[in-house]
Amino acid sequence: MNEFNATHLDKIRDEISDSRKKQKTCITICGGTGCHAYGCLKVAEAFKEEIRKQKLQDSVEVRTTGCHGFCERGPIVVIQPEGIFYQRIKLSDINEVISETIINKKVINRLLYVDPRTNKEIILEKDVPFYKKQKRIVFSNNGFIDPTDIRDYIALGGYRALTKILFDMTSEEVIEEIKASGLRGRGGAGFLTGKKWEICRESNSHLKYVICNADEGDPGAYMDRSLLEGNPHSVIEGMIIGAYAIGASEGFIYVRMEYPLAVKNVTIALEQARKFGLLGKSILGSEFQFDIHIFKGAGAFVSGEETSLMASIEGRRAFPRQRPPFPAQEGLWGKPTNINNVETWANVPYIINNGAEWYSGIGTKGSKGTKIFSLVGKINNTGLVEVPMGMTLKEIIYAIGGGVKNHKKFKAVQTGGPSGGCIPADMLDLPIDFETLTKAGSMMGSGGMIVMDEDTCMVDVARYFLDFTQQESCGKCVPCRIGTRQLVEILTRITKGEGQEEDIDRLEDLARTIKAGSLCGLGQTAPNPVLTTLRYFKDEYEAHIRDKNCPALVCKELIIYHIEPQKCVGCLLCLKNCPVEAISGERKKVHVIDQDLCIKCGACFDVCPPKVQAVSKYTGKKRDRILQKPSEKRVQK
Amino acid sequence: MERERKEFMVDQRELIHILHEVQNHYGYIPPQAISQISRKLRISESEIFGVLTFYKAFTLHPRGEHLITICMGTACHVRGAPMILDEFKRKLGVEPGETTGDNQFTLETVNCVGACALGPIAIGDGEYHGQMKTRDVDKIIEDLKPKKGKSAKNE
Ligand SMILES: Cc1cc2nc3c(=O)[nH]c(=O)nc-3n(C[C@H](O)[C@H](O)[C@H](O)COP(=O)(O)O)c2cc1C
Ligand code: FES
Repeated sequence: MNEFNATHLDKIRDEISDSRKKQKTCITICGGTGCHAYGCLKVAEAFKEEIRKQKLQDSVEVRTTGCHGFCERGPIVVIQPEGIFYQRIKLSDINEVISETIINKKVINRLLYVDPRTNKEIILEKDVPFYKKQKRIVFSNNGFIDPTDIRDYIALGGYRALTKILFDMTSEEVIEEIKASGLRGRGGAGFLTGKKWEICRESNSHLKYVICNADEGDPGAYMDRSLLEGNPHSVIEGMIIGAYAIGASEGFIYVRMEYPLAVKNVTIALEQARKFGLLGKSILGSEFQFDIHIFKGAGAFVSGEETSLMASIEGRRAFPRQRPPFPAQEGLWGKPTNINNVETWANVPYIINNGAEWYSGIGTKGSKGTKIFSLVGKINNTGLVEVPMGMTLKEIIYAIGGGVKNHKKFKAVQTGGPSGGCIPADMLDLPIDFETLTKAGSMMGSGGMIVMDEDTCMVDVARYFLDFTQQESCGKCVPCRIGTRQLVEILTRITKGEGQEEDIDRLEDLARTIKAGSLCGLGQTAPNPVLTTLRYFKDEYEAHIRDKNCPALVCKELIIYHIEPQKCVGCLLCLKNCPVEAISGERKKVHVIDQDLCIKCGACFDVCPPKVQAVSKYTGKKRDRILQKPSEKRVQK
Repeated sequence: MERERKEFMVDQRELIHILHEVQNHYGYIPPQAISQISRKLRISESEIFGVLTFYKAFTLHPRGEHLITICMGTACHVRGAPMILDEFKRKLGVEPGETTGDNQFTLETVNCVGACALGPIAIGDGEYHGQMKTRDVDKIIEDLKPKKGKSAKNE
């Protein structure tokens, strides 16, 4: 019998909130993977150590939280309750933060974020432009809670939605509520979540399953990881609610193996949820019984596809299968199974707490609520952003993202990962939702948003994605297995300057065939990166094919590095850094690259001092002219 | 081996979980493990072989002393990851997935490690190196190499 019931939970919540109120100051340190890479753990340890040393632990708490999203500026430290936002914190800053901000209540200007547009220092997290334009619902608690302590989640109202549905709502009412909210799946296809639940509920079986898809295969997106790492209980609560609505007794969270921190935090969260009577038999004293297992993936992109994912849980190769029957009818071990994405599940408790009407008031006509995007690439403010559906790309990239890095020219934004496409500059006013992105030839996908500038070659990008899907194709169906390989071959040939005039038509024909003939979503969407780049950037393909010219100066075979004699000051830097000794010269004398030896690694380009900038890249006719000069052919050693 | 043996259950649903354990323990899947799993789970060896070769997590050969992983995610790609990978390939003389002849280094690629703000990323034995340039490659390799005087531990 479960010793915890709903009244207990409320009591615990009040107790925690009361004890928290007494605690005055909390130093929160972002513990997301991005900040890990910056060394946030050492910073957190040092804060704890110093607080202990100064005997402040009774009035000051140090908490490692989930990802704050502004990964560009890590390690991030926020002092609560004021919300003072410090960025790029180093170990050497810690003593000053404690003595100045914690004890003397003074802000340290040097650690504040400076708005590059106004040059003004910004004190509070909520006033930083990166956050100001966002609407954080699913992400709202990430920066406040310690994901390894369930009490943090409970104190902020966690598991209140669960109490509500268990005791005040029938499963039909829950499904109606989710349907009315208009929530659509965040895993890619955007299927109506409430509808999916209903189909599964109506399937006749005494055994049913729910699955959380945390395979997150898009190689530029990490919001699912951030949610699982930072606020695992919101996902778990969503799953329990879904299981209640559907009538499932067992659930799985399928996590990519590349996410060890997510696996760890989810495992801890599940244990704690069991301890608090939120999983297991008679949940919170009700008659409902449900438990969740974690399943670690084994590294295969196709296992994110729902039918493959289930094969993988069953211990088999992750081959997709024909649908119908849909998982809601015949899923895991042949039983009706409801599978949703991490972010989809995390939305559920908020909808139950605030009502379908509130939720459907956010977003566009067809796409409700918010969506988290991972804004990465050639962008000033790299990070995770949550915005209402319908915001324009321009607002996201410029108002939140701070525009393109290094004042370069914007070229395209890639959405939807390997299934998506590239959207050009003249479409930046596009309000994003499921339909507009599809119409533009791309996809919402899981929410990757990769910004590309004038130095990005679109043919190379298409080749990159096709190379990815070709390697990840499970090989079960021919159009995908053979077709993607042929696409890669043609694209590679073009990037090497060996393209033929007919290649553009060949690409288009092949792309159509693969789209139409493939068994699963992987193949059906794989040609999208080729089709969109052909649609919006055909001139770049033509330049590669006709003029052996890579306008973005990326494709190795089509460019050369060249030292401008009139600029070179003879500092020997490039010469010393060249790994193949292709550069000759003496101090104060002009250096020369031996084009026969050069492997085009770019080291000389990187090391040439910014004030000098004597190393240039050339392609096309200019390249040919330089190559004809005798001095470039061979240098005397 | 004993520990794994206890955890075997007569059920295919345990297979991937067990393979993870074996891989973690030995650094690869030894042939004798396959036949043991086959007996315990009552699945054919060829089925197990099919599953383990399908997934990238499992290898049939031991890895080198040091693991170097290069992020080939989209954000890192547009920031020049291919140049970094090329340089590692050249310096180590191996392709991704391979181990150097002296068993010192295994080179691998991964897709997005969630530190895109720092891209391009190289990870040497778990330590992240951000904003990589080709000229940083040498230092990472040198830092991982055993210091003079100390011999590699499996010798
Ligand atoms: C090749 C392929 C890969 C996919 N990868 C993922 C993934 O990594 N994460 C995910 O949530 N959905 C992924 N999906 C979509 C799933 O098949 C499924 O539609 C989704 O998990 C349903 O959840 P939703 O309704 O909440 O979106 C993928 C689909 C395809 C075709
Ligand atoms: S793409 Fe390399 S860390 Fe994200």
